[in-house]
Amino acid sequence: MKQFKGRVVAPGEVKAEALVSHGGLNTLASFQKALQFGDKNATCGDQNNKDLYNKQMAGKALCLPQTIGSTTGGLVIYCACSMGRQPACMLFSQPIDSLAGAGVILADIWLKGDHTKMPVIDSLGEDFLNYVKDGMTITIKKDGVVEVA
Amino acid sequence: MILTEEQKAILDGKKGETLAKVMETVVRYGELFGAEKLVPVTSKYNHLVTSFGLKMIGPVYDLMNELIEAGAVSKQQFSLDPRPTDPNVPANFLQNLIFNKIMYSKQDFYEGQLKQLGLMNDDAFTCTCYMDEVGNKPKKGEVLSWAESSAVVYANSVLGARCNRNSGIIDIMGSVVGYVPYFGLLTDEGRKATWVVEIKTTKKPEAQLLGSAIGMKVMEAVPYVKGLDKWLGNELDDSACTYLKDFGAATASNGAVGLYHIDGLTPEAKDEGEKLIKEGAQVYVIDDAELKRVYDSYPVIWKNPDAKPKLCFMGCPHMSLEQLKTWTDRVENGLKKTGNKKVVIPTVFTAAPAVIKEFEKTPYAARLKATGVIVSYICPLMYMNNPLCGKMPVITSSNKLRTYTTARYYTDDEILAQITGGKK
Repeated sequence: MKQFKGRVVAPGEVKAEALVSHGGLNTLASFQKALQFGDKNATCGDQNNKDLYNKQMAGKALCLPQTIGSTTGGLVIYCACSMGRQPACMLFSQPIDSLAGAGVILADIWLKGDHTKMPVIDSLGEDFLNYVKDGMTITIKKDGVVEVA
Repeated sequence: MILTEEQKAILDGKKGETLAKVMETVVRYGELFGAEKLVPVTSKYNHLVTSFGLKMIGPVYDLMNELIEAGAVSKQQFSLDPRPTDPNVPANFLQNLIFNKIMYSKQDFYEGQLKQLGLMNDDAFTCTCYMDEVGNKPKKGEVLSWAESSAVVYANSVLGARCNRNSGIIDIMGSVVGYVPYFGLLTDEGRKATWVVEIKTTKKPEAQLLGSAIGMKVMEAVPYVKGLDKWLGNELDDSACTYLKDFGAATASNGAVGLYHIDGLTPEAKDEGEKLIKEGAQVYVIDDAELKRVYDSYPVIWKNPDAKPKLCFMGCPHMSLEQLKTWTDRVENGLKKTGNKKVVIPTVFTAAPAVIKEFEKTPYAARLKATGVIVSYICPLMYMNNPLCGKMPVITSSNKLRTYTTARYYTDDEILAQITGGKK
């Protein structure tokens, strides 16, 4: 078990299974099929992302460096949260990028109900992404502390 | 963040609950990136990225409705990205069914919302809003609340305006409240280059390939490019602007570049020169071999890599008037050489509706039509973003389209050879 400390972007405490993307998450490419065609598991549709392609993202602790791709990225995260198809939490090794940051803040301010919530921690460091593996148990504690076991 | 009395009053709800939430969004977005204040949006028009009535983004329509009902709309009118469908573009029965009945079934409803929110006009659907024909061309130093990565990088780099790489929805929030957070590319410091790119090629580099190489190397950093003015000259004429449009779109999509400086050509590089380069900047040398390495690194994700292309898209971002004219000549000359009367692969050139209208006033329009090329205002990216197109062998010289879809990239010369039947 190891602990990492980051910055709280959206607050909350959660325990979930890790899903790891070592490359940037192309938000639109990853979520489009799930949102468009009613896949409640949010199966990743980005063929270019070998780590995530065809894996369920909803309810997982999504570990990633940053998001990449279309500037629709923020609104895709917002829509995923609104529909309850978001990851249990998003954990960024780097400082969050402007597209994901926008989506997380929009969801936090404009959406109501527990099913829309998604805690987000950023700046967890390279070591975090090197250490965490698919299937490990992630626990988000207070003040941006992330426990990986 | 330090707010003015007026900004605090909005945040405290003195102008209504909805506008307070808009202000909270803008403030928290800025705080995330260390902004200490908000600055006024000073451009005449805004530009939004969300142009498509995708059924899946229902929550966005709810949010827009909340803004409309509360009267929380911007004083700025806006252009926005291209429409996702056009009946002129080839599509089979199943594709038409999926586009019109499933994916984009909310298009008319959403366009109704856009009119209430401040749409410039019915022709304002393009990613190249900065074209003279469209009329959303900010001036140097103006502060924007735009989204659309290719438009943002053009406005920052070629026009010298100031804008961060905003997400969809954040673009409209800044415009509604009239302020954007002061960080990143809005600041003098954030506009300094942390990479120097030295161009040492033996011929003019392909814009989309050079942009891709630089984007993948520097990611979100600001590059200062030396040696490109040798090929582009020192004036921002139509030809140079067209080149930089395509170059910039590739830097922004293959990486996350929001601003570049071209030595001796772009406005800030002309004014300040190498003072724009930060101490300790990294160096990236690009020669012919490096461009070939980048080209060869692109994965081919067609199911059958040897499939015959079924469609060719040119114009992501949308083509300029100059490009439509130049390509008319090129296609005609290519067909003369091969002896074919029309293009041998269905080919679509895309441009802004207002640019197409100007093009249609010229003799080039009839000449291009005679070659079989279709001119459309569609967004190729939106056309291809569905499971059916994933299996379709589409070719393009757009590195942005290659990045986001299964389209396969070829250089301009290779595309010309393929569509005119010269060679594979």
